[in-house]
Amino acid sequence: MTDTTAPAAKSGVRISGAFHRLLAFSGLIALVVVFSIASPNFMQTQNVLAILQATSVNGVLAIAATLVIITGGIDLSVGTLMTFCAVITGVVLTNLGMPLPLGILASILAGTFCGLISGTIIAKLKVPPFIATLGMMLILKGLSLVISGTKPIYFNDTPGFNQIALGSAVGSIFPSLPVPNGVLILFLVAAIAAFVLSRTALGRYTFALGSNEEAVRLSGVNVDRWKIAVYATAGGICGVAGLLIASRLNSAQPALGQGYELDAIAAVVIGGTSLSGGRGTVVGTLIGALIISVLANGLRILSVAQEWQTVVTGSIIILAVYADILRRRTL
Amino acid sequence: MPISPATALSSSVDASVTPLVEMVDIDKAFPGVRALSRARFELRAGEVHALMGENGAGKSTLMKILSGVYTRDAGQVRLNGQPVEITSPRQAQDMGIGIIHQELALMRDLTAAQNIFIGREPRRAFLLDEGALNRDTQAIFDSMNLKLEPTVKVETLTIAKQQMVEIAKALSYQSRVLIMDEPTAALNDAEIAELFTIINRLKAEGVGIVYISHKMDEIKRISDRVTIMRDGEYVGTVPAADTPIETIISMMVGRTLTNDALVIPDTSAAPVALEVRNLNRGREIRDVSFSVRKGEILGLAGLMGAGRTEVARAIFGADPRESGEIWVNGNRVGISSPQDAVRAGIGYLSEDRKQFGLATGLDVRNNIALASLERFIGPGGVINDSAMHETAEKFIRQLSIKTPSDTQEARLLSGGNQQKVVIAKWLLRDCDILIFDEPTRGIDVGAKAEIYKLLNALAEQGRAIIVISSELPEILRLSHRIAVMCEGRLTGVLPGGSSQEEIMRLATLRPSAVAETNSERKSA
Repeated sequence: MTDTTAPAAKSGVRISGAFHRLLAFSGLIALVVVFSIASPNFMQTQNVLAILQATSVNGVLAIAATLVIITGGIDLSVGTLMTFCAVITGVVLTNLGMPLPLGILASILAGTFCGLISGTIIAKLKVPPFIATLGMMLILKGLSLVISGTKPIYFNDTPGFNQIALGSAVGSIFPSLPVPNGVLILFLVAAIAAFVLSRTALGRYTFALGSNEEAVRLSGVNVDRWKIAVYATAGGICGVAGLLIASRLNSAQPALGQGYELDAIAAVVIGGTSLSGGRGTVVGTLIGALIISVLANGLRILSVAQEWQTVVTGSIIILAVYADILRRRTL
Repeated sequence: MPISPATALSSSVDASVTPLVEMVDIDKAFPGVRALSRARFELRAGEVHALMGENGAGKSTLMKILSGVYTRDAGQVRLNGQPVEITSPRQAQDMGIGIIHQELALMRDLTAAQNIFIGREPRRAFLLDEGALNRDTQAIFDSMNLKLEPTVKVETLTIAKQQMVEIAKALSYQSRVLIMDEPTAALNDAEIAELFTIINRLKAEGVGIVYISHKMDEIKRISDRVTIMRDGEYVGTVPAADTPIETIISMMVGRTLTNDALVIPDTSAAPVALEVRNLNRGREIRDVSFSVRKGEILGLAGLMGAGRTEVARAIFGADPRESGEIWVNGNRVGISSPQDAVRAGIGYLSEDRKQFGLATGLDVRNNIALASLERFIGPGGVINDSAMHETAEKFIRQLSIKTPSDTQEARLLSGGNQQKVVIAKWLLRDCDILIFDEPTRGIDVGAKAEIYKLLNALAEQGRAIIVISSELPEILRLSHRIAVMCEGRLTGVLPGGSSQEEIMRLATLRPSAVAETNSERKSA
């Protein structure tokens, strides 16, 4: 390092906050450009919509994970909770023959309830989030299999169900733009989550908890209650993801789910949310989730073997975090 | 000098006024520790009441009971004469009791305004009203005459400004009682003056202020009365102005301390142990050169931000340097990591022991052995615990470290004894050049004297010692020579026993504006 670099590093401090998000975003743009040049099929409307559709489930789960991770916690149960919610929806709609809106409500309520339990275990019993949600992950995985009798539950009796993810409300208005509802729901969830994080007390405490939990407690805030609320909200969002995946497969697949939590956490991390809490954005997470699916899609179009896709994703995670560490060094 | 509590109290209490706060016969026990035993405290409106005592005397515990962080086991708390139960920080705030904790309790990722109104954000329907939040915060800042943007992120603020945010937060509760736990620990003189201006204004408005501090001169400057505690018990309350410092100290430690005068040995013939030549890094360290001889204590003085710690860390290899040479015992050494520095015989005791110096989760024995573990590895790579135990015991005796055993967890030791454990670690590693960065920060008076004695003994044994301290009396009491820094430059080296004024003159000797702009142009 020479004398001349010092002032440059100093002036870098001011823009560093937006820098990481910019980095993830330019990474995404770079990927899109590279794949567009490499293959003319990549930028076809159909392929773009396929990428977005493929992002929807992981994106929604990643948003749930983002909330928890900003508090400085972690939620390993988002994947199996998603499946559990799908199974509950199957029970309500197919086994009990209830109307569609009740099925939707059941999924979100089941998610919220499970998040409430995780949050309570973490806040009240002081079990570390990693352990509490690891336990929850296994419990829900087992319960999904038990409730469904280890067999998929199909939604053939509920005709409108697959429209939740696959239909296109946008397409019915603008026929040239058949954006699937699943994608619409992803952006809706993202918008609401971003709003909650920036404009409501829940959002404020989410950041505050991750920044300095003891300080929040000493400020007279009921820390336990808010922490539970964050996990419950994340759980409810997993319920939405459960609806999306069940709708897309037109069935609740009880064996599915494990492994999704890691993809979700990967998206969060690539998007610049700090695993130590206190900072993070929904937009970043959305970009992170898009990077993962653009990568998968693009490599597939270029006929790169599936095995290599995960190698690339893994490398990107490490790169993204290393970029964040570099950024912090300039501070 | 024994002072009976009764006479001390009656001499200073005006019985006609109901005190703002009365705490009577407070007991508090933690598992295995009796923190408070029949402790007492009284605070009147419009007074600054200092609370003094050695570490572990129970000051912080008593104030945490008043602010609702802990609940008491026995005794009574009265507010304006009325008995009250304070069971949570929230409740204390509602009663108008604010506390500024020693470890600043702020959320670094939030803005100043968001920190101040955490837990009671202004809302419109269920949405946060960010506009009102910032307006209300601005109003508080204005009332404090504080120039600060409400929307600035706390992590970008200096410690002093963060403290101001904490005070603003306490004021926003309309606090009638304000507890400050070591508020000046990280402030420089200008910032302390700023703090005292605000304290005086609050005092004039009738706020009662509890002021916990180890710094005797501040107590004299700012407080009206002093209550002294020892071992969780009430010792006495005295008026600050007419009580000699020695009396207060002897009440704190329960004995009279001898004040060793500075003796400067003649080290002019001793070989140079460490020499630094033309050390540079950006604007923090500019062309710094100095040397320390064996057996010499070199004080490194300067205001906060002068670059003293930066120099120490650069010598130790903890931070990179851009240019400059380091010579140890006449040989040039290449130091690019702490590992290199330790190999060259340089030990660094950082100002933040918990963060950098001590593995708080490990026991005393393992902390002492931490830098020399390879000595205790026996055949087959197994650690020889009994050898480690013997060595630890030797240092515990030699440095009189107060610990029940060498298997005690280091975090359970008092600050002074933790410091000794870190010293033992470097001594065991044969470090003959020791850099002490704020060696007595957060350490009580009794232990301070012991650390001073220890530093002198280390120098007598021929070790070269550099002491960085923000407290001038400390620098003056210890240093055989004093190097003074200002804005990254070494502005002068004074002989031991110089006056505070001379040091301050050099510490504020800013390089001329011309030189400043020139060097900026060059670096840009």
